[in-house]
Amino acid sequence: MNADVLLILVVLTNLRLLGSSRLGACIRTTAAQGILLGLLPLWLHADNFTWHIGMMALGSVVLKGAVFPWLLFRAIREAEVQREVEPFVGYNLSLLVGVAAFGVSFWLSRRLPLPDAASSSLLVPSALFSIMAGLFLIVSRRKAVNQVLGFLVMENGIYTFGVGLVREGSLLVELGVLLDVFVAVFVMGIIIFHISREFDHVDTDRLSSLKD
Amino acid sequence: MNPLALLHPFLALALAPLLLGVVNRTKAVIAGRKGQPLLQLYYDLWKLLRKGAVYSRTTTWVFRAGPMVGLAAVLVAAAIVPFGGWPTLVGFSGDLILFAYLLALMRFFTVIAALDTGSSFEGMGASREVQFSALAEPAFLLGLAAVARATGSLSLHGMISSVSVALWTQMGAALALVAVVLLVVLLTESARIPVDDPNTHLELTMIHEVMVLDHSGPDLAFILYGAALKLWLLSALLVGLVIPIRSGNPWLDGAAVLAGMLCCGVMIGVIESSMARLRLLRVPQLLVGAGVLAALALVLVLR
Repeated sequence: MNADVLLILVVLTNLRLLGSSRLGACIRTTAAQGILLGLLPLWLHADNFTWHIGMMALGSVVLKGAVFPWLLFRAIREAEVQREVEPFVGYNLSLLVGVAAFGVSFWLSRRLPLPDAASSSLLVPSALFSIMAGLFLIVSRRKAVNQVLGFLVMENGIYTFGVGLVREGSLLVELGVLLDVFVAVFVMGIIIFHISREFDHVDTDRLSSLKD
Repeated sequence: MNPLALLHPFLALALAPLLLGVVNRTKAVIAGRKGQPLLQLYYDLWKLLRKGAVYSRTTTWVFRAGPMVGLAAVLVAAAIVPFGGWPTLVGFSGDLILFAYLLALMRFFTVIAALDTGSSFEGMGASREVQFSALAEPAFLLGLAAVARATGSLSLHGMISSVSVALWTQMGAALALVAVVLLVVLLTESARIPVDDPNTHLELTMIHEVMVLDHSGPDLAFILYGAALKLWLLSALLVGLVIPIRSGNPWLDGAAVLAGMLCCGVMIGVIESSMARLRLLRVPQLLVGAGVLAALALVLVLR
């Protein structure tokens, strides 16, 4: 098993997120994606393994694979939502948009002048695809939980980019980003709970009709 | 001509009903039943062929032509589908499109024969069948296009015979995606769970079974045999892609593919026993998903 297989699995988890309506399944898929990406540096830097790569992998696996799902599952349990019923863009169309985005990210990665050649030819396309899929999830779904997941997927894309291209001194940056994401998900989990308690739903589009 | 080229069509003609027997036996074993005999479909075909056919006065020649054209189309398809690395009777560049449209011709005649009866019930099944196969076809062609690109050949024989261990190590991910797509297309085309339940006769859920309710006698035998052959051919394609044993010794290769076919039958039986039928509204999503995987495989081999 090499890094390519790992990256294709990441792409497949993105497609699963685009095509699934159940929030629980989406959270589990995002957790799986987080674990896969946490393992990615171990494969990419197998020849020059250092303790800080191991630390980074461990930290991101624990955080993205266990802590975030726990927080989000608690949020949907308290908000009592199970599934995204009426997204702005339907699931079949979302999947097709996903494939188009994958093609575009391949095209973009060809034209992108990179200072350092990536260790796998799939790395930049899958990173760009994760960013686009996350952005698409944020704009095309109503439930706040799915938007948090979109944010996480976007962050995963940026993380993939960083892990593959930056060789030195990325530990501090990655740890900082991981901490930020942790705080963001923590706060968003609490906000979802409060939105659902105040308004009896977590549909973000209905919040825009609020007036002071 | 290579005598081996004749062997696969004969093998398909002889063993296709047995493959369905394997599927049914697997389902029976998992459910804890004794199950019907492995050769049940042969007995059924023999029984049906000795019976007379009943034709409604409202039907025309289309109804009578349906089963015959269907069986003829799948027999022609048997000549172009390779059995592992074995040569085929007919093979030319682009015959994968002929294969897809022979299956479509078979389906078309089943559908218009069903519509010819004038039964609204059969019309419903025909509508569903056409809807699902319209979604399965792009997935199938995109998947085969990915294999064609990976192997550099546009004929089914060229594609399947150049699948090797080296090719799998080089682009295993794309080939695995295509294998999943072929499995979904196989289950859809041969009306198995999770798309359609071959056992059900409940009017709201049937797709394929409902279209053949008015056929009887030899016509029904042709339809059952054609369906078994279709399952055999699609399985042969899937097994040829998944089992990359091309030793050069035709008997060894043939034995490997035959074992693969057996595993394929068992796998279909396990899928049918462990999954529920999808809701009709969810089936298009499964097929679009298969199409997306095929497109992904194509992008992966194109890069």
